[in-house]
Amino acid sequence: MTDALTLARRRAAGRRRGAGLRSVISHFLLVAVALLFAAPLLYALGTSFKPSDEVFTRPPTLVGSELRFENYIDAFRFAPFGQYFFNSLLVAITGTAVVVAVSSLSAFAFARLRFRGRELLFVLFLGTLMVPQEVLIVPMYWLMQTLGWVDSYQALILPFAFTAFGTFLLRQFFLTVPAELVDSARVDGAGPFTIFFRIMLPLSRAALAVLSMFTFIAFWGSFLWPLIVIDTIDVKGTVPLGLTSFMAQQGTEWNLMMAASMLAMVPSVVLVVLLQKNLVRGLLTTGFGGR
Amino acid sequence: MAIDTSAPSPTVSPTLRVGRRLRDDRRYALIFLGPSVLGLALFTLFPTVMALVMSLFNWPVFGNRTFVGLGNYARLLGDPIFRQVVLNTCLFVVLYVPLNVVVSLGLAAWVSPKIKGRSVFRILFFIPVMAPIVANAMVWRLMYQPGGLLDSVSQSVFGVATPSFLASSATAMLAIVVMSVWQGFGYNFLVFSTAMDQVPQEQLEAAAIDGANGIQRFRYVTLPMITPSIFFATTLTLITSFQVFAQPFLLTTGGPGNATQTLVLFVYNEGWRFLHMGLAAAAGWVLFVIIMGITAIQFLGQKRWVHYD
Repeated sequence: MTDALTLARRRAAGRRRGAGLRSVISHFLLVAVALLFAAPLLYALGTSFKPSDEVFTRPPTLVGSELRFENYIDAFRFAPFGQYFFNSLLVAITGTAVVVAVSSLSAFAFARLRFRGRELLFVLFLGTLMVPQEVLIVPMYWLMQTLGWVDSYQALILPFAFTAFGTFLLRQFFLTVPAELVDSARVDGAGPFTIFFRIMLPLSRAALAVLSMFTFIAFWGSFLWPLIVIDTIDVKGTVPLGLTSFMAQQGTEWNLMMAASMLAMVPSVVLVVLLQKNLVRGLLTTGFGGR
Repeated sequence: MAIDTSAPSPTVSPTLRVGRRLRDDRRYALIFLGPSVLGLALFTLFPTVMALVMSLFNWPVFGNRTFVGLGNYARLLGDPIFRQVVLNTCLFVVLYVPLNVVVSLGLAAWVSPKIKGRSVFRILFFIPVMAPIVANAMVWRLMYQPGGLLDSVSQSVFGVATPSFLASSATAMLAIVVMSVWQGFGYNFLVFSTAMDQVPQEQLEAAAIDGANGIQRFRYVTLPMITPSIFFATTLTLITSFQVFAQPFLLTTGGPGNATQTLVLFVYNEGWRFLHMGLAAAAGWVLFVIIMGITAIQFLGQKRWVHYD
């Protein structure tokens, strides 16, 4: 009897020890995978601080003989990165403001106003999401020529600021605001504008923040459209364009190129850390994915 | 007239009141929807139609336009380079999509809620998804460079130089796929790992008591419950992978030869290097039709394997 019990206990303990060992191995392997995944980023970060003649050493090193913080200043001296960053910030901030304003207005109409043809119009809105950017760029460029907008800030901001993604995301969120709240405000004589500004927007701060951050990142990283519509890269170019032109001109200054690339990633890293819990909701916001 | 309802009446019937509110809302709807309807009409609907129109013209950036009917499409079909471009794009899709889904699904299953520091993995894997694609590409140019990390590790450990990944037509596409998976799988990883969090723990425990091992639990409990997420992720990954542009543009510029030229790269080259906007528009529409076809097939096929509750 006792023998059977101790045997069972010993077996259970053995299984636990086995599970514990397996868990340790699993964690160990996962850390290895994470390091492997992070290796390109760490290597690039290390390179951004190396002297130029130590970029291609064998065996490879993570850190050079000295930490050259000056690389980051030199990058700005070799190319007008100050201008690129200014342009990118200007475009991304203005673009985000337009997207959030326009899509919150239309989301409110779809979520809380009653009018004939609402469902049909909403389906039409979602239908525009199917059209890939690559189909639009050719006629969009012609449109920019016609409007005289080629090589301008508004050409970087407006054409892709009217997307149904934001409308869709915010509509879903507005629908979760209790109807009684809206109805009682209506009974008290509040019009749609009061309800929109006083009830909906303050209650939707979280959703608005997520939409803003993902929109900002989409503008920040955007490449194909700026490549097409901007001619004077050193005047109107954004950071991705600046990196490309820097590579074409100074293709051998790897340490400076990595310094500029790391700086270009800073907003992304900051936002990923800030968003953490809200990343999932943001997944729906933009067409990220394979890109 | 008697049926005129505009005159205020002291006893408004409920239906009438609803009717008036509907009319009121419609006026407001016009204001609230105005900006986005105008914007979408000007910057999405109109260009979509114009893309079709332009594809029917010989449309140089500067100079005279002439109507050519389906001439541009006929030219594309007869162009051996375009055929290769379509094949290249399909090759990328066929390599990239399964790799992306398998890696993200596998890692999501591995990094279960029991794993410590789970959010660190989520953040880490998501950084390249959010980073500017050009910055990612710069990092990987350095990786693939002769003397770069991959080459110097290989030389130090095995004493063998790696082939020049991006310069050889045998490895260039593979190099682009690897970089793309590194950059993109964090998105699907997050989708899958969120979906797996919804799988009831009791069911997994019940399966474990019945003697199912980890792989069996994943295959028979977790997997069937997350098929909607797998459907969502594969559809979106498929669509976006047909649109691949920045990776080949920045890593190989479509080379060597045309070995890594993709559909969007072709659109870009025709439109902005050779200034054939009509041909570029036609190629864009071919891409659109392919994407619509793939999406339709996905949606038709989902009945067989996607289980919604």
